[in-house]
Parts: sequence; C-alpha cells; structure tokens
Amino acid sequence: MNQQIIISGIGGQGVLFITRILAEAAIAMNLEVLTSETHGMAMRGGTVISHVKVGDFTSPLIRMGQADVGLFLQAENLDVHRCYLKPGGLIFTNATGDGKGTSIDATGLARKRGSIVVANLVLLGFAVRQGGLFCDRAVVESVLKRISTTAQLEMNLAAFGLEG
Amino acid sequence: MMEKSGQRILMGNEAIGRGLVEQHCTLVAAYPGTPSSEILASVVSFAGETGAIIHTEWSVNEKVACETALANSMAGRRSAVAMKQVGLNVAADPFTRATYLGVTGGFILIAADDPGPHSSQTEQDSRLFAHFAKAPVFDPSSPRESKEMVAEAFALSEKYEIPVILRPTTRICHARQNVFCGLPDPTGQKATFKKDPGRWVATPQFLTGLHRLLNEKLDRISEESAFRPILHSGDGSRPRVCIVASGVVFAHARELLAGLGPAGKIDLYQVRLAYPLHRPFIGKIKEEYEKILVLEETDSVVEMQFADARIRGRSSGDVSRQGELTPDIVEEILRKFLDLPTNPADPPSKRGVRPSLCAGCGHRAAFYAIRETFPDGIFPSDIGCYTLGMNFGAVDTCHCMGACISQGAGFYHAYAANGENFPTIVVTIGDSTFFHSGIPGLINAVFQGARFILVILDNGTTAMTGHQPTPQNGILADGKSGKKINIPDIVRAAGVAFLRETEAYDIANVTTMLQEADAFIRAPEGGIAVVIAKHPCIVDRGARAAQTVYRMRITEECIACRSCIEDFECPAIGFDEDQNRARIDPNRCIGCGVCRNVCPVGAIIAGNPFPGGI
Repeated sequence: MNQQIIISGIGGQGVLFITRILAEAAIAMNLEVLTSETHGMAMRGGTVISHVKVGDFTSPLIRMGQADVGLFLQAENLDVHRCYLKPGGLIFTNATGDGKGTSIDATGLARKRGSIVVANLVLLGFAVRQGGLFCDRAVVESVLKRISTTAQLEMNLAAFGLEG
Repeated sequence: MMEKSGQRILMGNEAIGRGLVEQHCTLVAAYPGTPSSEILASVVSFAGETGAIIHTEWSVNEKVACETALANSMAGRRSAVAMKQVGLNVAADPFTRATYLGVTGGFILIAADDPGPHSSQTEQDSRLFAHFAKAPVFDPSSPRESKEMVAEAFALSEKYEIPVILRPTTRICHARQNVFCGLPDPTGQKATFKKDPGRWVATPQFLTGLHRLLNEKLDRISEESAFRPILHSGDGSRPRVCIVASGVVFAHARELLAGLGPAGKIDLYQVRLAYPLHRPFIGKIKEEYEKILVLEETDSVVEMQFADARIRGRSSGDVSRQGELTPDIVEEILRKFLDLPTNPADPPSKRGVRPSLCAGCGHRAAFYAIRETFPDGIFPSDIGCYTLGMNFGAVDTCHCMGACISQGAGFYHAYAANGENFPTIVVTIGDSTFFHSGIPGLINAVFQGARFILVILDNGTTAMTGHQPTPQNGILADGKSGKKINIPDIVRAAGVAFLRETEAYDIANVTTMLQEADAFIRAPEGGIAVVIAKHPCIVDRGARAAQTVYRMRITEECIACRSCIEDFECPAIGFDEDQNRARIDPNRCIGCGVCRNVCPVGAIIAGNPFPGGI
C-alpha cells in the first residue's frame, strides 16, 4: 500500500515524534518508508512540517496536492500546508471539536490528562481510530511500548487512547 | 533493547554514523551545525551499542576537528570529520592541503549542504569546493545510500591515499528510511606514523611533485568503472534523450518520471561520484544523446564537467541558479524538457509563523536590557538561537561564526574616525560560538584598542543544534567528564579589564552592568567591557525543573500599548482583541516571570511561585 502523510505544527509540539512513530509503524508492518523533517532554527516555535511516505517511493518529499492524509497540530497551519493535500485527502486537526469528525481538542484533552506535551499523541490516536492511516491501533501501541522511555510510557499510551 | 543488526529506521545522519561505526572508523570529530549535527551523536550511540572503540569529539571548531582527524589518519587509522557546509569554509585551510599530501588511514570529510537554505547563511555547493580542493566527492540520494557510500569512500580513500568528501544535503540528513544495519568487524588499527618530511612537512619545493601525483590520482579515479553513473533505462522510445541526475534530485526525478507514465520512460543516469565525473561516461553521453538534462544541487558541478553547450541545465536557463530543487520544481523542469504541458502547483495561501526565542529564554531578558539601555546602539550579533534577537531589534548584524566581535571592533574604528562621540556598540555572542571563533577576535579587538561592550549570552550549551556540550561544561561527546574551560579566565587572559557576570533574567542588574560597561568603554583608560549574562537553556528539562515557576497573569490595568508583544516578543504573550488587552497563553508560558519587568504600567503580575514546573 502507498500512503503519503504530512504532519504540520509549530516547533516544540512534537511533530518529529509523530513522524518517528509512523516510520517505526511502517517498518513493523514490513513496508518501505521515507520521511523528511524540519530541524534547526524553525524548531524554535516556527512553522514546521514532516513528510511521511509509506510504500513505493524514492523521494523523501511530498509534492503539492499529493498527500493522502494531513495531521495538523496547529489549526492555523491549515492555510499554510493544506496545499499538500490531494483533493479528497483526509485532514485531522487539533482544534475545538467533539472528536468524531475531523477535529479533536487534543491540547485540551492532553492538559486535562496532565501534560500538554502529549497533544501530538492524542491527535495521532484520533486519526488512527478514524481509520485514516495505514497503521492500526495495535501497531502504534507496540511502537510506543518500544520507543518510549519508561517514565513516559504510561502517559504516552494514555494520550494515544484519549477520546474527545 | 534494540536488536543489534537488521532493518531500522534511520535518519540520514544516523545512517552515516552507523556506516562509520560498521566501517570501524577510529576517530570522528565534529562541530555541530544544521543539517549535520546528528552524525556524531549517532556514532557515540552506535559505538556504545556495538562495543566499537572510537574516539569521538565535539571539537571547538571545524578547523580543529579536521586537523585532529587528519593526524589520526596520518597514523594509519580510519578517520572522519563532520560539519555543515559553511564549516568546510572554516576547515578549508587544513583540508585543501590534505589533498596534496594525501592520507594514510581512510579519511572522510562529511560536509552537509543546505540548499534552500533552511538553516544556513549560504547555499554553497560543497561538491564545487571538492572540485576546487581536488577531492573526490560522493553525492548520496537516500539515507540508505549515504551509509553505503561511507564504505565506498573509505575504500577509495585508502586505495588512492586521498581524502574523500561525502556530501549529503538537508533532505538526506533529515530524511528517515528503513536501513539495514550490520555489525562492525573488530579490526585492530594500531597507530603507526611513518615519518616522511617530504610529504608531511612538504615545503614548496615538494609541492609541484605532490600536485602532479594528486592530478594523476584524480585521472585514475575518473576511469574507475565502480563510479560509472548508473543507468535506469527507458523503454527506447526516445533513444537520443536522457537525464543525468545527482543526489536527492535524482530521487525526486526517478519518482516523478515513474509517475509520468509512458512519457517518463527515458534513460535516467544517477551520478554517485560527482567529482571527478567518470571520464568514459562523459564521452558516451556526448556521443549517444542529443538532448541531455542535468539535475543537481546547488551548483553546476556535473554540468560543468561535461563542458558541452548542448546540455540543458543551469547554463541554458532550464534549471534555477538558486534555491532548493523541490519535487514540485523538478516536475516543472521535467515537463518542460519532455514537451509535456506544465501545471505549476498553487503556492500556499499563507506563510508560516517565524521562529522566535522560546518563552523563558534567558537571551530575551538580556536582549531587552541591551536595547532599552542603548536605544541608539549598534548591535552586531552572531549565529545561534540568539540570532532571533533580530525579531525585536536587538540584533543588527549576523555574518559568520565569531564575526560579531571583529565587527564590533570594525564598527568602533569606523565611528572613532568620526570623532569621540561614538555610539555604544553592544556585541552579543553565545558561549559555543565564543569558543568556536570568538576568542581570536577578542584578542585582536583588545590589542587594537577597540571600545565596545561584549555580552556573552551564556546558556551553557549549543542550543540551536540540539544541546551539544561546550568546553565550559567539562562534558565530552560520549558523556564522560573532561576538563572544564572557564570563559571568564579566557576573557581575562585576552586582556579585558572590565568583566562582570550576572543572571540574565535579572534585567535590573544587567542594565546596571551595561551602564557601568558603557562608562568604562568611554573612560580614558577604557577598552572592551565584557558582561557574561547567564541562564541555562530552558529547553533542557533539568534546567526547567530547577527554576521557580510563577503563575503569570495580565490585569485590567493593561493599556493595550502592546510593548510586551512588540518589544519583548515572548511567544506566550498575545493580544486578546475581545478584551482589548494583552493575554498570556498558559500552554506556552513557562512562568519565568521576566515579563513583569517590561510592562510600563505594571499590569503583568506574577502569582505565587510554585516549585516543580508546570
């Protein structure tokens, strides 16, 4: 299966962690994967984007209008990065929402759970439950168990399972 | 615990690090710089995991790193040095001579280029530098290939006793891919330096001979069949048309051609060794093809070696001479080349937000005090997170590593020529940049009688590139303890007579010291005044946990003057249009409390401090 995913946010929101989880999920499913990340100065609160390409690709970058799925940790970024989505591409946004359609209040839910830094995992869990991604819940949970530090594991799994 | 061999997701930089460990490199030296910074850390991590014995170091700068690694190679041991592309400018002096003298143990210089640029001060092409320095250069098109090329580069380096450059770009360094990881073969590489003054001391009388030898090596390398570009054949429908591509642009082109269906089925060659270009290949392409497109970043290194006016590329105007060749741009170039209708992508409707110093950053407090104390000052600064002081008028120049101190002196001499009433020049530099190349500038400025204030913004780390330790921490690249190098001792030893140290958050104290410093630089016996403004980088969790946290709020006294937003530029302070007053974003505020000092009417209030973070 081929799937192209963008993850959009601002530096510090954990875009890179989501990117890594998706890449690890692909390898766990024996799929080829290429990602591209933003590092350096933009990580200091600037707009950042990651590209994840699962399947038969050679370039690490996604062209405009080609992404199947967009995960937006920052709703304001829709106007900046929506151009990467193909017509009919699925968008999941961290914004006020009931967690049923395309939005979930990931930051609010994460804060209620005790740590806003896991808002990224709340949004990822939402997208996985909605069936939008190449991987299922069990695969992501096994990745989280493998790559989380002992101190973070419980919080990470809880955040991934939070529902709106 | 990870399994030791098998498929793993590796970033390009990690793949290079893994390659160095598997190829039993014995010394890796580096100075951090985006996009190269993760290479050394991954060498440390993979060496630990596999039990490989490797000397790793964050050198004080790239020149030092290169010289250290070269000597290890002269002693017959495999060596590597890693840096970003502008680091190669710093290391240019030792490197250019190294090609003439050659090496003994395999030697790889990794120069990570940044077309775009995303996080650099130039878009220079290190392959062009390789051509200038007469060193072979590999141009990987994927993380996987960058690891394979480490092995090839060592073999090539040892076969011809020549230093070799591996040139990944940002899109390779910061791409991740599933990569097969093997295990290193433990091989003893005992240090054996063979004295040979005609080579290692090479005075000018020896150099023509060494240069001839170098040219002959390059001639032989350019005939090596292993480096013949790889053909991905088309379907023969357009036999006289081909594309020659190098680096990540090859990866873009390959995927794009596959997506174009029958029209995309033309011959595509991948150049892996960009210089010297395989000589028989040059002849073959010129003979067999009529219409040839060359795709490469960021300059015309492959194109230049063809020396053929028929080539479509930068000389012909088909490829832009600046900027990154993203897949969207490459698609337009390919469509034009293949006479297909073009379909430019719509640009985003909005630009993203610019980066800014983090909420709670100690640099912001120091910058605020500097700009408020000297509204008419001149503020040379340098490379690091603190360049972001430009967002609120506290940084006037940023040039290259360490330049700010020499620029401070240059501005002083310029204004001193106008008469005595020179503006206050406040130079800001971070601790890592100070060690990198600020020290010679400081010695020179003191010696030459310049008068300015130098503020060392000391956060105890190399923050922008991922918190590599600086010499003052006394922590080595592998985490072991080293000797601490004390910044105030260096400042005093450089001949500076005015030195103060302060907590950067304490704006009142920083201000007092700046005023005293200004009096000093204008006194008859004055000179350069140094203020060290210290606060640990708050991205470090330990530093965050150790500091007092205030619950900040803005009261109804706020007069909506926006000075906390425009003059202080904390990302946690925004403006609430409904309430018509400034607002603190609890998700971004870390409770440092510094903003209390910047409200002209005292409307920013700190609640009771509570320990333990938020």
